[in-house]
Amino acid sequence: MRSRQAPLALLLPALLGLLFLVLPLVGLLYRAPWTTLPERLTEPGILNALRLSLLTATLATAGCLVLGVPLAWLLARVTFPGRRVVRALVTVPLVLPPVVGGVALLLVFGRRGLIGEWLDSAFGITLPFTTAGVVLAEAFVAMPFLIISVEGALRGADARYEEAAATLGAGRWTTFTRVTLPLVAPGVAAGAVLCWARALGEFGATITFAGNFPGRTQTMPLAVYLALETDLEAAIVLSLLLLFVSVVVLASLRDKWISSP
Amino acid sequence: MRARWISVVLAAVTAVALTACGSDAADTATTAPTGGSSSAAGASGEITVFAAASLTGTFTQIGKDFEAANPGTTVTFSFAGSSALATQINQGAPADVFASAAPANMKTVTDAGNADGTPTVFVKNQLVIAVPKGNPKNISTLAGLAQPGVKVALCAPQVPCGAAAQKALQAANVTVTPVTQEQDVKAALSKVTLGEVDAALVYRTDAKAAASDVDGIEFPESSSAINEYPIVVVKNGPNKAGGQAFVNYVMSEPARKVLTDAGFQTP
Amino acid sequence: MSGDLLDARLVVDRGTFRLDVHLRIAAGEVLALLGPNGAGKTTALRALAGLEPLTDGHVTLGERELDRPGRRVWTPPERRPIGVVFQDYLLFPHLSALDNVAFGPRRHGVDKRNARAQAAEWLTRVGLADLGKRKPRQLSGGQAQRVALARALVNHPELLLLDEPLAALDARTRLDTRVELQRHLAEHPGATLLVTHDPLDALVLADRLVVIEHGAVVQEGDAAAVTARPRTDYVARLVGLNLYRGHASGDGVRVGDGLTLVVTDRVAGDAFVAFRPSAVAVHNQRPEGSPRNVWAATVGGIQSHGDNLRVLLNGPIEAAADVTPAAAAELGLVPGQQVWASLKAAETHAYPA
Repeated sequence: MRSRQAPLALLLPALLGLLFLVLPLVGLLYRAPWTTLPERLTEPGILNALRLSLLTATLATAGCLVLGVPLAWLLARVTFPGRRVVRALVTVPLVLPPVVGGVALLLVFGRRGLIGEWLDSAFGITLPFTTAGVVLAEAFVAMPFLIISVEGALRGADARYEEAAATLGAGRWTTFTRVTLPLVAPGVAAGAVLCWARALGEFGATITFAGNFPGRTQTMPLAVYLALETDLEAAIVLSLLLLFVSVVVLASLRDKWISSP
Repeated sequence: MRARWISVVLAAVTAVALTACGSDAADTATTAPTGGSSSAAGASGEITVFAAASLTGTFTQIGKDFEAANPGTTVTFSFAGSSALATQINQGAPADVFASAAPANMKTVTDAGNADGTPTVFVKNQLVIAVPKGNPKNISTLAGLAQPGVKVALCAPQVPCGAAAQKALQAANVTVTPVTQEQDVKAALSKVTLGEVDAALVYRTDAKAAASDVDGIEFPESSSAINEYPIVVVKNGPNKAGGQAFVNYVMSEPARKVLTDAGFQTP
Repeated sequence: MSGDLLDARLVVDRGTFRLDVHLRIAAGEVLALLGPNGAGKTTALRALAGLEPLTDGHVTLGERELDRPGRRVWTPPERRPIGVVFQDYLLFPHLSALDNVAFGPRRHGVDKRNARAQAAEWLTRVGLADLGKRKPRQLSGGQAQRVALARALVNHPELLLLDEPLAALDARTRLDTRVELQRHLAEHPGATLLVTHDPLDALVLADRLVVIEHGAVVQEGDAAAVTARPRTDYVARLVGLNLYRGHASGDGVRVGDGLTLVVTDRVAGDAFVAFRPSAVAVHNQRPEGSPRNVWAATVGGIQSHGDNLRVLLNGPIEAAADVTPAAAAELGLVPGQQVWASLKAAETHAYPA
């Protein structure tokens, strides 16, 4: 069977786009200090930052799933007044510069914040400058990606399967967990991947809300930025390490988990 | 139908190309006549100044004064962290003047051969303890920062104010575990104004600029960690004569007054 | 009627369309709901399932009142003792055939093992014992239909609803599946409503027919009665008859544009006359002989109909006549040609309107 060739009019821009995205990476690889790489990689603090980054990004994604999937369901399946406004509000973290987002989080969850003050006095819980604060900041900037992805998947799902489930005796919650979610699982997975990647790379909101302290709140992007102050090559090494780890994780996701059957 | 689309696209492309050419022509027109004159009175055209973030307020004012004294000039500023600016200059950014918050960052520029002549130290800055207005935790010395229950923000050791903070703390024999090591002094100060920390080590100029929100507390050990600010003309800048004129102005009396009013010390 | 398991008056008002039908089905009975597209058949089925809200009326199944808007009684679909086979089957794509069938019992509290055992038993009953592990996309149309049926029946529903169950199948599979379905429906103790547009489905599978058009019942009865005495054009076309409504007097019925058809049945007043297309003969000259009904007509169109040609005749009545290709060639039939049509009185069927 002869496979059809992709039309040139599509292939050319596609290759240009790929080049555009990949060339900065090539630039990093080109300037990397390959000779001193081994000793640089074993410097203290690097593994700490990497571990912290992976941990917080994963926790943030988990949080986004727990809150974001129901919100996406609300936007996709329930008609209520002001739905369009709510959908626009969900994209606010996408539009806000991350540092501004961090300041906003401080104004709400900080020591003197709207909710933070109460949390501190009632439970002794402080969020700024903690690892939990990092998770919060990352979740804030990454959640819109998940919600938009899942809402799209839910809209595309055939609601008639839910009717069939009802006629077989399934209540609304059971239908959601046993029929709807499995049907949109690839869309949810794709959204979670985007969310995780965004959380991993987050800088502005993290450093503003959670600050920077090695081992506790210094994620890889923060470590890279500070390394840039004194040592360009150290910064490159850190960047490449982060890139390598994320590419390995993302590439290991099998195609069929994140695309529809 | 196809032909119509092609002509529209061609017209658009031509229009863009013409405006691009037009602006290039304008640029060359303004920078051309700087060839001969070297005195401040003869400076003209656009002058680009890369300056450390802690010089934001003072240099903006100095820039306006310079433009008033030298009609026909426009001073554009790029305020950022000194090391970021140094990197940009070394990568070929079009700056005429570089004013750094630490000698170390200036050194990277001179080492790369991008400085025109030797840098001059034009101001010095000293650290103070910034606390929220009213000093609620009653901090008066560096030792006060190490008390339990006091949240402190320091600059990261990799940035000039952080290095200075480490030196001062060492001189006072005080160990402080900050809750955060900020990437620049403005960020450390903002943590104080937002009420998230009880104290931060910032420059006297920063505390003065935010006098409505913070109190600056002097401490003796700050003299062991004085930060010198060098300034230099960039070698391959687009308007070297203009850059030199600006540097001369910075060293002059009116500019010094602006700087000392803000809390800098002159050498 | 006291013997009915299902008693439902379904009123659904959608502004431009209004459904108002009264359906009664006894236990073990299969009722076919026939009608053209847009008549309201699917709306009626969905209302019975609880997927569509009633504007008025009621649904009573056995002793239970499931739905009565007037008294604010409404049972959601998951609590109705029903089983539905949808037109597209709607088998859950992420579950195997076995788990699809086991879905119902699981939702009714049966543990996983027993549910799967019940499901396996039903899959064997529909002849798919070995295909339990397959996913729906790995099943053929006929196999998927049978899984859908098993899934609906495994819960022992009191009311079984089938929405065009054979429509998605090709002609060959439809034949075999229809026979199978007939067997299962015969074994089903509850009431069954079969929505279809295929009269053959109705004739083979159903005990009784209800024909609806534009949201209202136009005819009901058992298959023989309905097909022998169609009361609307739709039903007539469905069963392949020429049908006319007119006024009887003497031994004739005046129909169409002033044509009196001589019939053998005794009727008076408003009456229907029906006859098969194969009973109409076409001639080039005015025929003589026994046929009592003769009229002049023009050929309107010619279609192929199985092995014969169906000739549409315009005239005092519009009639369809079946003619062999050889005869058509002999007569030199072309559209617009003037011909004569003849029909024996004995081939007509007249009955009161």
